[in-house]
Amino acid sequence: MNPALLPLFVGVPLAVAGLMAVFTPPMRARSTLMMVPSGLGLAASSFLLWQTRDGQIFAHNVGLWPDGISIPFVADTFTALMLWTTSLLVLVTSAFAAAVHDDRSPFFPSLVLVLYAGVSGALLTGDIFNLFVFIEVMLLPSYGLLAMMGAFGRLRAGRIYVTVNLLTSTIFLAGVALVYGTAGTVHMGELAGAASESPMVAVGMGVVILALSIKAAVVPVHGWLARTYPRASPAVTALFSGLHTKVAIYAIYRLYALVFDGDSTYLWIGVVAFSATMLIGVLGAVGEDTTRSILVFHMISQIGYILFGVALFTEIGLMAGIFYLVHHMIVKASLFLSTGAIEHTYGTGALNELGGIAQRQPLLGLIFMGAALSLAGLPPFSGFVAKLSLVIGAVDAQQWTAAVIMIVVSIITLMSMLKIWGGVFWGKDPARETEHEDAGATSDPDGSTTVTTTRVRPMVLVPGLILTATTLCIGLGAQVLLALSTEAAQGLLDTSGYIEAVLG
Amino acid sequence: MTLAVTIAIMVAGGVYLMLQRGMVRIVLGLLLVGHAVNLLIMSAGGVFRRDQPLLGINPPDWAADPLPQAFVLTAIVIAFSIVIYMLTLAASGSDDDTEDVS
Repeated sequence: MNPALLPLFVGVPLAVAGLMAVFTPPMRARSTLMMVPSGLGLAASSFLLWQTRDGQIFAHNVGLWPDGISIPFVADTFTALMLWTTSLLVLVTSAFAAAVHDDRSPFFPSLVLVLYAGVSGALLTGDIFNLFVFIEVMLLPSYGLLAMMGAFGRLRAGRIYVTVNLLTSTIFLAGVALVYGTAGTVHMGELAGAASESPMVAVGMGVVILALSIKAAVVPVHGWLARTYPRASPAVTALFSGLHTKVAIYAIYRLYALVFDGDSTYLWIGVVAFSATMLIGVLGAVGEDTTRSILVFHMISQIGYILFGVALFTEIGLMAGIFYLVHHMIVKASLFLSTGAIEHTYGTGALNELGGIAQRQPLLGLIFMGAALSLAGLPPFSGFVAKLSLVIGAVDAQQWTAAVIMIVVSIITLMSMLKIWGGVFWGKDPARETEHEDAGATSDPDGSTTVTTTRVRPMVLVPGLILTATTLCIGLGAQVLLALSTEAAQGLLDTSGYIEAVLG
Repeated sequence: MTLAVTIAIMVAGGVYLMLQRGMVRIVLGLLLVGHAVNLLIMSAGGVFRRDQPLLGINPPDWAADPLPQAFVLTAIVIAFSIVIYMLTLAASGSDDDTEDVS
């Protein structure tokens, strides 16, 4: 593949977004057009994944500036894997948004596409300042999506979200300034190993990683996530959960491997913080009583698992972390889509106002149950392979406490999923019960009241079904993704190939 | 030294404002911290070289580093647009904040 085509991952969605904002197309064309860039992106990244499967790295200096001065776009196995998952999620959530008519507001498709472009750029870029710019490109449409598409309280959530993210971006920028002041460059290839050689650069990069940790919602800086995500519309929550925090996680993996060169001096910080994230995230979910707020706390807990791969920094640890990252993006989006479908149809996500959905719509129950079991880490889903390899990695590195925490948290996760299952899918529908009681109270002679059975429409179900089927496929054929993750982990352990590709 | 003291004072003031309850104060606090970080970027490029960075006119030893200036320009534009958006959020739909603002 010609590496000069890499910027198209950013260019195509941006161009379509701009055109759609200027010439607002009619409704039907809008939903189709919204899916074109991510569909193309899925095809292109599949091809890229095929090309990079044995460690080939593509790099292109944008604007053909000389090596070291230019801003490069780089794609290795890890990048290609992330691009593939991102494109899949954008495509599927766009389909969901079209099915629940979120795209009725004229700027929705444009905002989603700009978000997609920002994420692709942040994954591909090889320059820290450019990473900052692409993260902003990704965040700006999110501010709009959050405040535009939510339910009650969305503006308050929007305020928290914008404030936290602007402060975090400022911290990120301060880190970039410190890195530039100490190392004299922000080019990732030239920065390689700089932080393990000089403690001054390490402090600057530490500030950058701190900012990324806030964006990834690592405990103790996770509070904003749980208070903002449940307020957005279901489609938007699914989109954010799949993309936002994951870009920060990807950047932490990449920067720690490249700039710190996997320096083992600082790994204990990660071990402590990420163990706390796993535990506190899952315990936070205990006190919640709507489907989405429970799922959001689980997201925090899972972020601890994913990042634990960096804290181990062994081949098996990194491989498990990358595998977990891909698995988590798909499963979490699936859970948000299936509960979002219920919320869209029944108008509520509160556990005590729903019930009996599994009996009414077994398929929806299966979609949720598959993804929930995968999240908790049961076979034959992808979560089992992800958790097992991570626990093996932790035991290998003698991190006994962390391994125990991982297993205990899995059990609490399963209990929490059963809480949603018991509240929403099992039992009797509270709305129907009150209807019967009313009928009894009035002692209507023809008491057989015509109960309107609300059902989730098939079009709203399909997106969640696709993602749950994907996690099942990954679980059954784990070898494919394991091989790709191993390749990606080797790219992080031995960064010479990356440096050679960007510096020529 | 002047720059370091200025940055310190601006960050201190910004953090103080951000810890207040009112949205407008938070916005002003963020602006102050943002400008402090811009000064930090400028100082990262070295403030002892101040001539125009034009080849053939000034010797490279005396030309200012253009890269931090480009960074700061980008950062200013991004922060400006977000601040405008935040002010809009502060002004619209104030009745959905159930907690007491005063």
